[in-house]
Amino acid sequence: MKHVEEYRDGALAQGLAAAIRAEADPARSYRLMEFCGGHTHAIARYGLEDLLPPPVRLIHGPGCPVCVLPVGRIDAAIRLAARPGITLCTYGDLMRLPGSNRDSLLKAKAAGADIRMVYSTLDAVAIAAREPEREVVFFAIGFETTTPPTAVAIREAEQNGLTNFSIFCNHVLTPAAIRAIVTGAEAARDGVAIDGFIGPAHVSTVIGSEAYRFCADEFAKPVAIAGFEPLDVLQAVLMLVRQINQGRHEIETQYIRAVTPTGNRKAQALVATMFEPRPSFEWRGLGALPDSGLRLRPAFARFDAETRFEVETVPAPDHPGCACGTILRGAKRPEQCKLFGTICTPDSPVGACMVSSEGACAAQWSYGRFRRPAAERVSA
Amino acid sequence: MSPRDAKPRLDLSGRVEMTHGAGGRAMAQLIEAIFKPALANDFLAQGNDQAVMPLPGPGRLAMSTDGYVVSPLFFPGGDIGSLAIHGTINDVALSGAVPLYLSVSVIIEEGFPLADLARIADSMGAASRAAGVPVVTGDTKVVERGKADGVFISTAGLGLVPPGLDLSGDRARPGDRVILSGSIGDHGIAILSSRENLEFETAILSDSAALHGLIAAMVAAAGPHLKLMRDPTRGGLAATLNEIANQSGVGIVIEEAAIPVKPQVAAACELLGIDPLTVANEGKLIAVVDPAGAEALLAAMRAHPLGREAALIGTIGEDDQHFVQMRTAFGGGRIVDWLAGEQLPRIC
Repeated sequence: MKHVEEYRDGALAQGLAAAIRAEADPARSYRLMEFCGGHTHAIARYGLEDLLPPPVRLIHGPGCPVCVLPVGRIDAAIRLAARPGITLCTYGDLMRLPGSNRDSLLKAKAAGADIRMVYSTLDAVAIAAREPEREVVFFAIGFETTTPPTAVAIREAEQNGLTNFSIFCNHVLTPAAIRAIVTGAEAARDGVAIDGFIGPAHVSTVIGSEAYRFCADEFAKPVAIAGFEPLDVLQAVLMLVRQINQGRHEIETQYIRAVTPTGNRKAQALVATMFEPRPSFEWRGLGALPDSGLRLRPAFARFDAETRFEVETVPAPDHPGCACGTILRGAKRPEQCKLFGTICTPDSPVGACMVSSEGACAAQWSYGRFRRPAAERVSA
Repeated sequence: MSPRDAKPRLDLSGRVEMTHGAGGRAMAQLIEAIFKPALANDFLAQGNDQAVMPLPGPGRLAMSTDGYVVSPLFFPGGDIGSLAIHGTINDVALSGAVPLYLSVSVIIEEGFPLADLARIADSMGAASRAAGVPVVTGDTKVVERGKADGVFISTAGLGLVPPGLDLSGDRARPGDRVILSGSIGDHGIAILSSRENLEFETAILSDSAALHGLIAAMVAAAGPHLKLMRDPTRGGLAATLNEIANQSGVGIVIEEAAIPVKPQVAAACELLGIDPLTVANEGKLIAVVDPAGAEALLAAMRAHPLGREAALIGTIGEDDQHFVQMRTAFGGGRIVDWLAGEQLPRIC
């Protein structure tokens, strides 16, 4: 814990905040998107916005795997879990994720489906080994950080000769989403403009900092890759303020204790042997994006629940009042959604951003709603 | 508990059978061999369908009841038996009452090992004797396999609130101080560390303890300055502070840096992605006190073994929305909200 507390030091934070205040030009705006839900959570939990001057505005991005999973995929998982003989293993966050008609895996479980919460992909493999009469399906979601553990689970199942283990694959790719946001913003679809990105922490340890090169080269957007601790985020903000002031657009890494330019080659290789890009994958808020999701290669089809159980994904609309889509693009703040805090709360979520603690709405509701009038003032 | 012609003959290597709850000789044997020796006292020995006890003095009666379904039944630092005694003693004592008498009702699943049942009964007896609060009446039932999970225990307690003392959750006023008796999260993390699928090595023990001794010292030191006391069990400190804010119609501002959290607990929470403020405790309390009595109260608490780490963690303020806010150690502000959904089922 000592190592962690060093990155939460209040005195150091005050020093960094003073530097940001001194260097941020009041006549400019610094609209910085933290892509990752991990950053969103840290910002809210440590009250980081209280330390930033008015010209610096943090925009919460779509880097929360639970939040970007479209309703159609949740419906498909619920239908899959309801089939006799199937045991669906899932991470806890997904249990409360609302599908169509506010259905959820939690409700499906209460109605009798065999759905089990696991903490690791290997727990799901262990269940498959222990209960050979069950068809065990792991609900695989997440960005580049969670794909290698899914690959390890498949390798483990393969080595142990398990024929009753498969995954429902929803792994997605970060650079594709960032590209969609920048091109969307460039096209001024929602009128949101972003001056720089706080780049992902853990994802970048896997894919490397060079994966964001296009942001700087094609779109002239500076990136500062930051760790998930609050001091990391503050330091990255300062790096971005300096880049913007100096008219630079480079890929800088604040999180040098873990991120290299090329990332974790071993993990990348393992993933590449099993997974391939889907031609297109649907994201909540961003729509269908080319080469943005992964599926298992044909050689691993026996581990692919979509093939084995002919899972059909029927596109389904979000709740009509839900602004998750625009919030995920950074075009609206959570408190601008008319469902926020009225019928949509963490206890009874309507939209996905209210489910995960990494979601922008859940973070704002759980940690920041006392700040509401001030937030509305700066969001104009 | 009124065994008639029972003999204390019971092979503890066996398991609980349906006959142990059927009202016949087997049930009498179970009670005679396991519960009576573990819990023995004069009131229980009356052997009637009820216990009849004297009222030791003037004042008002305080009563509380609680069900215990913790999983696993045995955990680092305690078990369901001691927990069921401590929890109800605490609920009674938090009114400022001197806890006097307890009742115990045990629901046992068919097939449960008799040796484990004896261990639980002995643990209840030890906790009750150590606290000086006797179990004066009890009941056992057996349900079919699969209709319960091992053992469920329900306890109730009676206590006497001394004249002149009036503690209640609606009495917090702006300016009052919020005091916490010690480090948070120990019980929840001890349970988590012993859960199937999640076992991890830790030296953390549950803080399960009877707090009536500490409470008596607090009442003696702060008397009428004391406004209310609560124990932050399920939902943790966060839930308890929100309850107080709502019940009293006030806001609360706490300081993160002032809240004691053991390094091992903080590390486990970090690893599991949970907030220590929402993790259950079974041997801690929160007191709200008029500022005039705060120092005397803190000193008295720190002089007691269960309050050595007592800390002033915050202040009651005015807030129409009844928010609990925290100044983070990092220097920002945030809300301390109720736990959303379920962090962990069956923690107590």
